[in-house]
Amino acid sequence: MIEVKNLHKSFGDTHVLKGITTSFEKGKTNLIIGQSGSGKTVFMKCLLGLIVPDEGTISYDGRMFAKLSPGEKRDLRQDMGMVFQGSALFDSMTVEENVMFPMDMFTRQSRSEMEDRVNIVLNRVNLIDAHKKYPSEISGGMQKRVAIARAIVMNPKYLFCDEPNSGLDPKTAILIDNLIQEITKEFDIITVINSHDMNSVMEIGEKIIFLQHGIKEWEGTNKEIFKTDNKAVTNFVYSSELFKKVRQMYIEERN
Amino acid sequence: MVREVFKKPTKWSIMKSLILKEIDELIYGSMGIVIFISIFMGGVVAIQTALNLTNPLIPKDLIGFATRQSVILEFAPTFTSIIMAGKVGSYITSSIGTMRVTEQIDALEVMGVNSLNYLVFPKIIAMFLYPFVVAIAMYLGIFGGLIANTLGGHSTSTEFIQGIQLDFIPFHVTYSFIKSIVFAFIIATVPSFHGYYMEGGALDVGKASTTSFVWTSVVIIISNFILTHLLLG
Repeated sequence: MIEVKNLHKSFGDTHVLKGITTSFEKGKTNLIIGQSGSGKTVFMKCLLGLIVPDEGTISYDGRMFAKLSPGEKRDLRQDMGMVFQGSALFDSMTVEENVMFPMDMFTRQSRSEMEDRVNIVLNRVNLIDAHKKYPSEISGGMQKRVAIARAIVMNPKYLFCDEPNSGLDPKTAILIDNLIQEITKEFDIITVINSHDMNSVMEIGEKIIFLQHGIKEWEGTNKEIFKTDNKAVTNFVYSSELFKKVRQMYIEERN
Repeated sequence: MVREVFKKPTKWSIMKSLILKEIDELIYGSMGIVIFISIFMGGVVAIQTALNLTNPLIPKDLIGFATRQSVILEFAPTFTSIIMAGKVGSYITSSIGTMRVTEQIDALEVMGVNSLNYLVFPKIIAMFLYPFVVAIAMYLGIFGGLIANTLGGHSTSTEFIQGIQLDFIPFHVTYSFIKSIVFAFIIATVPSFHGYYMEGGALDVGKASTTSFVWTSVVIIISNFILTHLLLG
């Protein structure tokens, strides 16, 4: 379990995170939602240890991140997988080399063992013929799948995804969402996703955290988000006419 | 930054391949421009010297002497380094800057890789071969001077070669190599700093490259002055 307690972060005079307390459980897809500038990315970067919080604690299965030695932090990071918004694949490496990179860096496996593992994870994300291609030669959806493959190649305990379906067409976005949820269940990992995509919220949001102005405004599941009367959440989630109608239909059906 | 760069690499076998890649990119890849510039630079020095020797009492072998001194002391180490600051420095800033903008550096950090060590250390090590580039620049600069001088009819090749051998002080070559090692460190680190700590988007990568070239040149020129004062003053 990842436990976050009273997290604060400021940049100069701007107080970005204001005392966030929450937890993320194993085997669940956790979504962090909120408007641009609500502090989602800073929150995720704090979780990843890329930004040091001013106050508060983050613990990974009881291991307090701030109290770990550099070596222990490095070990913990090998348990983390991250899918960046822009995929962040290494331009100078092929798809195969990108996925192999963490293994090459941190394990003593032979080349053939690493290739076998790469084949397994690339098959898992439904990428079969792209091994020798460079990131610039494949589509955005394929790049996201390579990024997911690279994130899971070391069997992480914690998977973080920053807007995994931004810039993708709705069909590919659903494929990526389903893939992340399947992987979460299959490997029994903790998945934390930053998202703007309301379809993802409805489909895979087993736990949803709504941030507004750096404060955790609401927390619940995708079932509960339909019922909530929290004005800030409903204003954000049901800002589009389509979702307003969906909610109306849901309420009518329930009544 | 410096402490992180010189920490023990995560895996030496990977570091070795990165160093070889950087040698190919930074050193071998720069040979063409260095060869081209050196020959013409030496030629220009020889012609300029020859055209200024109007007094018939001054021996013609002074053309070779002046060319050798100018090329070994200044043109090969300093002028070539300014060119390298443009070519190699811009490449380093833009490649690291692009990795920063596209979150590739964050990806390395999340994986537990010391990104400064992974990206900058191989460049510094590769640039330690830079004195070889300067040695080639010295040789070709003087050779270019010989060709320009002889073809231009300013003096005979024998007079020019006599001038090259006149009052030769081996320490001048050592001085030049000491300068080139310092310049190599500057060319590897200043652009890396500008690339690694840049913020913004694609446009800012271009701006960072320009800024890095300006600062690398400034630092090279200031250290050239200090080193000359310390070693020859």
